[in-house]
Amino acid sequence: MTATPTAVLLLEAQALSFHRQDEAVFAPLDFQLHAGELALIEGDNGSGKTTLLRMLAGLLHVGAGELRWRGAPLQRDNCAGDILFLGHQLGLKGDLSPRENLRFVAGLHGSRESMGAASALAAIGLRGYEDEPVRRLSAGQKKRAALARLLLLPASLWLLDEPYANLDRTGIALVNQLLETHTAAGGAALVTSHGAVSFHGGEPRHIRMHA
Amino acid sequence: MNRPGLLSACKAMLQRDLTLAWRRRSDIAMPVLYALIVTMLFPFALGPEDTLLQRIAGGVILVTVLLAMLLALDAMFSSDIDDGSLEQLVLAPQPLAVMLAMKILAHWLTTALPLIVITPLLAAMLHLPASVIPVLLLALLLSTPLLSLFGAVLVALTAGTRRSGMLLALMLLPLCVPALIFAAGAVAAAQQGLPWIAPISWLAATLVLTLVLAPLACAVALRIALDS
Repeated sequence: MTATPTAVLLLEAQALSFHRQDEAVFAPLDFQLHAGELALIEGDNGSGKTTLLRMLAGLLHVGAGELRWRGAPLQRDNCAGDILFLGHQLGLKGDLSPRENLRFVAGLHGSRESMGAASALAAIGLRGYEDEPVRRLSAGQKKRAALARLLLLPASLWLLDEPYANLDRTGIALVNQLLETHTAAGGAALVTSHGAVSFHGGEPRHIRMHA
Repeated sequence: MNRPGLLSACKAMLQRDLTLAWRRRSDIAMPVLYALIVTMLFPFALGPEDTLLQRIAGGVILVTVLLAMLLALDAMFSSDIDDGSLEQLVLAPQPLAVMLAMKILAHWLTTALPLIVITPLLAAMLHLPASVIPVLLLALLLSTPLLSLFGAVLVALTAGTRRSGMLLALMLLPLCVPALIFAAGAVAAAQQGLPWIAPISWLAATLVLTLVLAPLACAVALRIALDS
């Protein structure tokens, strides 16, 4: 999906790279992400996709190069809460129910208007499992419980690390639909995935990573 | 976008950790049982002689409570690191140090407070005079949060390492010795009818300082632990 020329520039990377023990994890990257855009990060295993996302989220320090968020150098304080990161570890407490987990994150991040934990869980396909401890849910259901955060929390950039893992066919369609609504509403998303993404607004941008 | 205020975020954090602790009630009971068993064994080993027990009672209780707290210490952040909750907490639009302070408070409420509650019972088992019990409780109320805060910083520092339990115990030892000395000093002074306010004041002053600095250090240490 190509952004309109007037779209706000959200994220800009120039010659971005990350070093681990003096060894570059990935080759320097240049890309821009505008509001309303979806970009797919592609690369083989170990090519640094997760590292890139963790760096963009602000968990890892910027190794070399420049990273700008809405025109200013990216700092945790000015983007906290506006960037939502969903990694391999889902950040769910096994002893709490999906509803309690969501209530907690909403308590820290705030929630979108006219969206509550119950409606987010219903929309993500967990109706009837709201009060079941997360550790008793299946892997796919856990993933859905984590994805419910996307619906509930206000954020303009989503960083999704393998959002399709463990999901069934309807789950994959659901993620695609989430991405579509998000970008249509002016949000942006960076997604790493091995599976095919069928994005309705046309072919998404690709960011190719090399080790 | 309307971000929740700091107060409601603190409440959410505290509520989550207390709920989690309540769901794992047996973990809370462990340190309490440990303290009960250790204190119960002393009279058996040393004989039920009043004067001897009275003399060592304060020290025994303080050491027992300290060791019992050590049992639950290294679990403070480990589950949050394992399931990714800590990553999400670091990325949340709330000051990390304050959120960690809430976690430490929840930890103190679930491990130290039960121990303080049973302290009068422990004191009775060792024939500690009833008049000294308030001083002992006061000393514990000041020294246990100190231990939780020191412990939290060290747990955060050793967060990335494997088998951090040993390292943690070794690093915590020199830090908790002063707290133990002052707490035991206050109890001993009270037992001899001497003024005990000085060591208690020292404990309180250290607690205030640590209360401010430890969460900040904890936040920095955890950020570094995740940044690798």
